[in-house]
Amino acid sequence: MREYDVMVIGAGVVGCAVARELSRYRLRIGVLEKELDVACGNSSRNTGMLHAGFTYKPGTLKAECAVEGNQEFDQVAKELNVPFKRTGKLVVGFTDHDRENILKFKAIGEQNGVKGMRMVTKEEMAAIDPHAGGEFAMYVPSSGILDPMQYTIALAENAAMNGAQFLFGQKVVGMEREEETYRIRTEKETFSTRWVINCAGMYAPEISEMMGYPNYPTKGFKGEYFILDKKAGKYLGIPVYPAPNDNGGFMTHATPTVDGNVLVGPDSYVTEDREDYAVTKEHLDGLIADGRKMFDHMEPQYFIRNFAGIRWKRYDPETGAILDFLLEADDGHPRTVNLVGIESPGITCALPLARRAVKKLVEKEQPEANEAFQPNRPGIRRFSEMTEEEKKAAIQEDRDYGEIVCRCETVTRAEIRQAIHNPLGVHTVTGIKNRTRATMGRCQGGYCETRITHMIEEELGVAPEDVRYSKEGGYMFMGKVREEQ
Amino acid sequence: MRQLDTVIIGGGPAGLSAAVRLWEKGIRNLLILEREKQLGGILRQCIHDGFGLTRFGETLSGPEYAQRFISQVEEFDIPYITDTTVIDISVEEDTGKKKVVAASKDGLLEFEAKTVILTMGCRERTRGAISIPGERPAGVYTAGVAQAYINLQNKMVGREVVILGSGDIGMIMARRMTLEGAHVQAVFEVQPYASGLPRNILQCLDDYGIPLYLSHTVTEIRGRERLESVVVSQVDERMQPIKGTEKEYPCDTLILSVGLIPENELSLAAGVELDPRSKGAVVDEHHQTSVPGVFAAGNVLQVHDLVDFVSMEAEELADSVAAYLREDGLTPCGLSVMTDGNVTHTIPQRISGTEDFKLSMRVRRPMKDCRIELVQGGQVVAERRMKKAIPAEMIQIPVKAAKLNEKEDLEVKVVC
Repeated sequence: MREYDVMVIGAGVVGCAVARELSRYRLRIGVLEKELDVACGNSSRNTGMLHAGFTYKPGTLKAECAVEGNQEFDQVAKELNVPFKRTGKLVVGFTDHDRENILKFKAIGEQNGVKGMRMVTKEEMAAIDPHAGGEFAMYVPSSGILDPMQYTIALAENAAMNGAQFLFGQKVVGMEREEETYRIRTEKETFSTRWVINCAGMYAPEISEMMGYPNYPTKGFKGEYFILDKKAGKYLGIPVYPAPNDNGGFMTHATPTVDGNVLVGPDSYVTEDREDYAVTKEHLDGLIADGRKMFDHMEPQYFIRNFAGIRWKRYDPETGAILDFLLEADDGHPRTVNLVGIESPGITCALPLARRAVKKLVEKEQPEANEAFQPNRPGIRRFSEMTEEEKKAAIQEDRDYGEIVCRCETVTRAEIRQAIHNPLGVHTVTGIKNRTRATMGRCQGGYCETRITHMIEEELGVAPEDVRYSKEGGYMFMGKVREEQ
Repeated sequence: MRQLDTVIIGGGPAGLSAAVRLWEKGIRNLLILEREKQLGGILRQCIHDGFGLTRFGETLSGPEYAQRFISQVEEFDIPYITDTTVIDISVEEDTGKKKVVAASKDGLLEFEAKTVILTMGCRERTRGAISIPGERPAGVYTAGVAQAYINLQNKMVGREVVILGSGDIGMIMARRMTLEGAHVQAVFEVQPYASGLPRNILQCLDDYGIPLYLSHTVTEIRGRERLESVVVSQVDERMQPIKGTEKEYPCDTLILSVGLIPENELSLAAGVELDPRSKGAVVDEHHQTSVPGVFAAGNVLQVHDLVDFVSMEAEELADSVAAYLREDGLTPCGLSVMTDGNVTHTIPQRISGTEDFKLSMRVRRPMKDCRIELVQGGQVVAERRMKKAIPAEMIQIPVKAAKLNEKEDLEVKVVC
């Protein structure tokens, strides 16, 4: 039985941030994940927004962590070598009621410590972004955009570099508390650990119950998105959000991605099913209609993909009110930290939450610092982002930088190869995609997917039948067409 | 920097045909740049036959057709570089010289050329582009990707197959997968008519008992890991699914053959104007784009139904490029080719009115007993009577200079 000091359950952005912060100490750290990679749930199914923190109730963990996470992110992005742009955001309004709501949230933002927010006129809006709709707006300079997959992967890789172990395809099915340890049973094996930290996202209520805490009531708010071609991206330099509704929620909006695409969405509707990531005609049609109000180039010719995400929220069953993030650790449940109801703005809050979770352990045990801790994660150097001189040098150093595998996103063989040999040992096609952007362009893998699957087979020596698209049952091939002579 | 008369981008059928013809015309300072390990382009994976009837008067497989040109390239010793992907084309403003940058394992290669020939071909339309609702399992492939896996990599993609779209490659894959032991349940086409050629309906579907359902589309993809089923619905005249007509087809593979799009990212980098109708460059009767000295032919210009026409278009292009290089310019083409609502697009879009040319076009919907008229200043300068015109078949009409004037735009109409 493998033994750990701390077992983190869930390799979403919060679990990976917790593992990374834990790796500052000399601890045996494990991360259990039911899927074959990090960020397979909602950590990869969101807008990629670094939120400023002006819609969350003052004094809540959401407000506190969002502002903290926002302010530190330039440093974090630098350490982890992840793409990030502090674009600012326009929250646009059309009516007096919109203005009232915007001003209400401006006041809340100021109370939360969000800096630099100001109201701007239509003329000033045009100077900030000529394609933004609306009659007036609030400009929020601290908002930013990032790649949530890259960020989660970077946190995990940095944790792994510093000693954390990632255990994929390990769905937790039970847990027993013993004297000094917990036994965690997955579908495949049993692990022993002194500490357990619940970062299971949508599944946190069940894990919470296994740990002896309540099974907190939660429910899902699903939203769908369109991803638009980079050709549409040149018309949108800054996220444009409609005025928040009375509860601080935003309906369909347009957000540039850090790579130059545009996301239109999400809308919001209730779902009961935590694996329900299907997109629907009804909601995609709705996004087209609503998206046009926010972005004047919301046109089918730019559609390259669509997806859905679920904000799985904790609520009060008596009033129906949505509740704050929960982070608890009490002596009745020794050596545990329980995080439940972590949803939007979970990306922004991941590291602040992780520090608070790790503090619970540190306060109890004062573990030794990991002297070798290295906060910087190198990552894969992207050919498409190099200058001509850098490109020449890169090819000279590694000839595979001269072979373009993904035409749309200009990803080279060297990048794919590095992604296949990633520090976490992930080798799904989606895993390669999220690490390199190969297949994310307008041809959606029409050119490069056949090359990537072939490289996975060659580099790792796996049979075609063992290549997976993204899930355990997501096989791509059914053997050979014919036996070779 | 290496100086060239012509750089040909892409060593598929269009690029090869252009290169061979240029060589024959005495243009020797040229170079083909090919991103794959071998020349031949998409033909390498098209192992079925039916190529070459028009161009060679016999029926060949794709690789055989390509080999005819590759052999000539080898015989003439026409220079080409493989494993090299062009990443940028730029045009110097004052001199008009073109700079082509390509990535290869030997470094970034840079060339300066008097002319650039765009022959990059096309790409397939995807699930995301047509927004098919549902889950996102493995097992959804475009027809060309499935074809590459099966024919080039010897990997079987599925056993229980549904095909969406009646494009030619989709129908060819229906037959191919059937021959390799898969069960192809049906081909569904959202339009009220097939988008591929009649001969493929006959030879790839009818001969194997594979039904083709028109005015049907996939309205939901089911399966969270590997594809488990698709839901198919009938559609109305506006191509919207009709409620109550849903039928579920259990399957492990969905093949998409829902259209091809000319691949013009490099053309855009060079500043070439595109035609939103053809998705290819706007060209004149010399196949010259809006950037002087940059030419385009083949599927990068307009999606063809037969490779023979690709070759012939590229050969005509080569004649113009040779003339351009010799005379340092071609007759200006100041007249536009206009179309009515029955025509999807034409090639060329601009003409001089002083030279013979060949007009390529497609009709927007199937039409019977119609007459295609090319009209200039109220005068019919060319016409073609057709018992049956279908969008799947490109129509080519030669136009004689003697009939044209050099003052008025040309109109293309379909009269029923």
